[in-house]
Amino acid sequence: MSMNDFQRIGRVQADYSRCIDEGPLERWPDFFVENCMYRITTAQNYSEGLPAGLVWANTRRMLVDRVSALREANIYERHTYRHILGQPLVLDENGDGIHAETSFLVVRVMRDGESDIFTSGRYVDRYVEVDGQLKIAERVVVCDSTNIDTLLALPL
Amino acid sequence: MESSVVDAGRDTPVEWTDDLTRVPYRVFQDQDVYAAEQTKLFQGPYWSYLCLEAEVAGPGDYCSTFVGETPVIVARDRDGELYGFENRCAHRGALLALENRGNTKDFTCVYHAWSYNLQGDLTGVAFKDGIKGKGGMPDSFCMEEHGPRKMRIAVLHGLVFGSFSDDVPDIEDYLGDEITSRIARVLGGRTPEIIGRFTQVLPNNWKLYVENVKDSYHASILHLFFTTFELNRLSQRGGIIVDESGGHHVSYSAIDRDAEKDVAYADQNIRSESAYKLADPTLLEGFSEVGDDTTLQILSVFPGFVLQQIQNSVAVRQILPTGVERTRLNWTYLGFEEDTPEQREIRLKQSNLVGPAGYISMEDGCVGGFVQRGIAGAASQSAVLEMGGSLAESSESRVTEASVRGFWKAYRTAMNRQEEA
Repeated sequence: MSMNDFQRIGRVQADYSRCIDEGPLERWPDFFVENCMYRITTAQNYSEGLPAGLVWANTRRMLVDRVSALREANIYERHTYRHILGQPLVLDENGDGIHAETSFLVVRVMRDGESDIFTSGRYVDRYVEVDGQLKIAERVVVCDSTNIDTLLALPL
Repeated sequence: MESSVVDAGRDTPVEWTDDLTRVPYRVFQDQDVYAAEQTKLFQGPYWSYLCLEAEVAGPGDYCSTFVGETPVIVARDRDGELYGFENRCAHRGALLALENRGNTKDFTCVYHAWSYNLQGDLTGVAFKDGIKGKGGMPDSFCMEEHGPRKMRIAVLHGLVFGSFSDDVPDIEDYLGDEITSRIARVLGGRTPEIIGRFTQVLPNNWKLYVENVKDSYHASILHLFFTTFELNRLSQRGGIIVDESGGHHVSYSAIDRDAEKDVAYADQNIRSESAYKLADPTLLEGFSEVGDDTTLQILSVFPGFVLQQIQNSVAVRQILPTGVERTRLNWTYLGFEEDTPEQREIRLKQSNLVGPAGYISMEDGCVGGFVQRGIAGAASQSAVLEMGGSLAESSESRVTEASVRGFWKAYRTAMNRQEEA
């Protein structure tokens, strides 16, 4: 059965969010191409064209470093996420890849059982095909709210 | 009058030791203490950071922000001057500005359309003279006698501060030469450009975050990123500067080009020998920020402002109390107009070090909450601040709590100040 772009992106998204929510997080950088762009920002920064990120990476290796830092260096209270994703909207497909947007809602569950909506937003993505597989060339995680509660450790 | 057991300790003043080495946990828990801070401290003779001058550059530009919990507006009038006043209609108290930033000719309250110019003067009252001779304000009502309270404004190297007090010293005198020159070191003669804004909501009293900023003792213990990845590239020299009042501080470190590799960590029971390396070490390939050897400078202004240079990550932080156990921390990340494209990219890369997800700052987001939760039920107990002695003085060692003690020195001065009769 051949899948269209919509189905292929949906499948990558489902795999991606399962990787963060269920682990192993070490697999997370594998969803990206080597020279990827990954950035977590807010809708306000995004609309004003402000380029900084809560997380900002322009190589896949920087994502690898994020994971090792979370594992080996950073200190934060144990928690997990549950990503709930909307349907991907394929916006454009041209020479530089497939452009798509997908809404997300992330529930953060702390070790003491507190469970809250941590953030909502949209992924602004560009996918490219590498060896027959869709990889993320660019992902801007645009959080709707300006606020981050306490800290952001695990990626979105 | 005898107080009941339940009330014991609640209505009594906070008891401090003579020296600065103990901090009663109550000051992080008490609604009464919190309320007193709003008047004595935030509306007292102190300067609160409001915004960057770059955010109110042109005529009609305004920012709405807070002094403590008090909503305020900073606006630039057509005369080119900055004005600060409460974001509160003099009629029934509603907010005047509902956006964080913008450009406007005037401010009109949405409730009853009372309007104000960019200096905060009441200039119009809807239906002031009534309709067809009926209704309207009494003849005795004088617009000049009504208006939001005004602030004094001070601008220093692109930073805008405000104070409700007429007694507050000029900003340079308030800060002293050492602190002023350290602000000039990072911001002087340059044109800042905002490259991002983030807000972190902290589950703790605002003073716990201020303590954390001023605590040079915890830096290499809580934040293990540099140690784990062995990124302390050369021996560092550094120290802390505490101003005369105690309230302002600078903690800095610089490359010590003469010294041998520091081995002090190997003697401590702290992780240091590490097998971990960064897969992309370009994260820390920076440039000398202002042409000197200082790689880190954390500077705080009493009561709630931070200017940070961590390698090439430059940012200002505004600490705003929003409840006894809740604090808003507003980060504004900066680049400079003078940056080359390469330097700008380095800043973006190094933004990973700081902020709510920062490699060397995310711990600061949770550790205040750990204290707030840890001290529940311990209102009669106190924190211990004896590292580096009992004084609040500048020091060549960063293994000290001197600047934390300095904060409490200034805080106690503020809270003990007698209200003017």
